[in-house]
Amino acid sequence: MRDEWYPVGLFSQLDRNGRNTVLMGEPITVALDAEGAATVTSGSGRALPVRVRYGHVWSSLGNPRKELFAIPEADQPGRRFVDVGVVRVRCSPLRAVENFLDIAHFPFVHTDILGAEPHTEVEEYKVEIRKDEDEVWATQVKFYQPQAAKSANGGITTEYMYRVPAPTCSVLYKTCPPRPGEWDVITLFVQPLAEDLCDVWPWMALFDDATPMADLIHFQQTIFLQDRSILENQIPRLLPLDPGMEIPTRADLTSVAYRRWLKRHNYTYGAQLVAQ
Amino acid sequence: MKLYDYVLSPSCYKVRLMAALIGVKLEIRPVDFHPGAEHLGPELMALNPAGSIPILEDGDLILTESTAMLAYLAAKAAPEWLGSGAPEETARIQQWLSFSHRLTASLGGARLHEMLLRPGDIAALQAQGIAALRELEAGLVEQGLRGMRFLASDRPTIADIACFPYVALAPDGGILLDPYPAIRLWSRAIRGLDDFIEMPGIHRLHELNPEPQIEPGAA
Ligand SMILES: [Fe+2]
Repeated sequence: MRDEWYPVGLFSQLDRNGRNTVLMGEPITVALDAEGAATVTSGSGRALPVRVRYGHVWSSLGNPRKELFAIPEADQPGRRFVDVGVVRVRCSPLRAVENFLDIAHFPFVHTDILGAEPHTEVEEYKVEIRKDEDEVWATQVKFYQPQAAKSANGGITTEYMYRVPAPTCSVLYKTCPPRPGEWDVITLFVQPLAEDLCDVWPWMALFDDATPMADLIHFQQTIFLQDRSILENQIPRLLPLDPGMEIPTRADLTSVAYRRWLKRHNYTYGAQLVAQ
Repeated sequence: MKLYDYVLSPSCYKVRLMAALIGVKLEIRPVDFHPGAEHLGPELMALNPAGSIPILEDGDLILTESTAMLAYLAAKAAPEWLGSGAPEETARIQQWLSFSHRLTASLGGARLHEMLLRPGDIAALQAQGIAALRELEAGLVEQGLRGMRFLASDRPTIADIACFPYVALAPDGGILLDPYPAIRLWSRAIRGLDDFIEMPGIHRLHELNPEPQIEPGAA
């Protein structure tokens, strides 16, 4: 778990003074060096591995065996990249990802934006753990939405794909109203501070030339803040990895696959193994 | 009328809420407060040297204090929100308008610290927030004894709108509202007003809507 890559700050906000933060209980400092490169230092002064990708600085307390996951859309010309900014949530980092994967909550939590009653039905979709990439994917997810994106006028049926490329990161692909055939990319990068506390860094790569940047940020922050109040009140606080007696609904299938995948990787930071 | 607005700011929400309740249309100019700190950039600092938002612009008039904005909107469109003019009521409105700044500093400071990682002494902010909530609770209990549901009158005034958002969002700063029954009742009365609008963390009262249920057989 220490060998995974984690987001630790926005690159655009770094300065020489650095930013003190925490990764899995260990204090770290994220800063710019004299050449303008990002550095991450542990509390004991050890230089930690660094990547700068998708607007954020990434680091690890251990020795990552895998390169940071790829988002090919991040290199596609014509997209706008949106640094949404950090939001702290008192919840398990895994809970934050699980909630992001859950479509059924749209009409109830994001009422009149990402969903609306009575359009609460989740149609059939496909979930798999892809062997080659070793990632969780949910595809062909369709949902009626009153205002799917800042660039959407009025209600449309939106198609989604969800992807979990790393234990605390999820990438969402979503129908792009101004450019049919392309996908808007919305990510949730989660920095685990403790097993029940995290900093969440949403980020977006969109085809939208019209909407002012502040509108795009406000739209995504509104959505995430609606989730935050749910996340802080979830019980149990840690993500149970044993499904126990729960009978999954269609909407939960992605969550079931995510938990199974975490368990397979023995990723237990922020999880509980025995039902309590 | 143009409002320089941040969607997660309770002070900006006061102005949006007031305008919605009395049917005034605002032109919204979104400000990248977080993470961009646009409120500290040259354009907004020229409008408001204090570097705060909201800012309300109406012709030559530029307002940078949310309580002044509430008074302005009410005076223009719905003077009944300014109170009846009776001396005690006038005084109570002024008292709670001033008090609302303490809520901003304490509950608002705790919320910014806990949610957007702004610096601050969280224990002190929470303690000050709790002290302010106790004072508000006592004030509302006394109003109840006078047969009044709102802070200064039996109808809502700008004082209620000035105090409501930071109180309703206290849990964002780690302060629970469970110990304050009069505050919770007052919050319900405000959330139940016609034309009430929401912000993230503050919900309209849905008394007629049952809790969402998962239908059996949906799996
Ligand atoms: Fe959500």
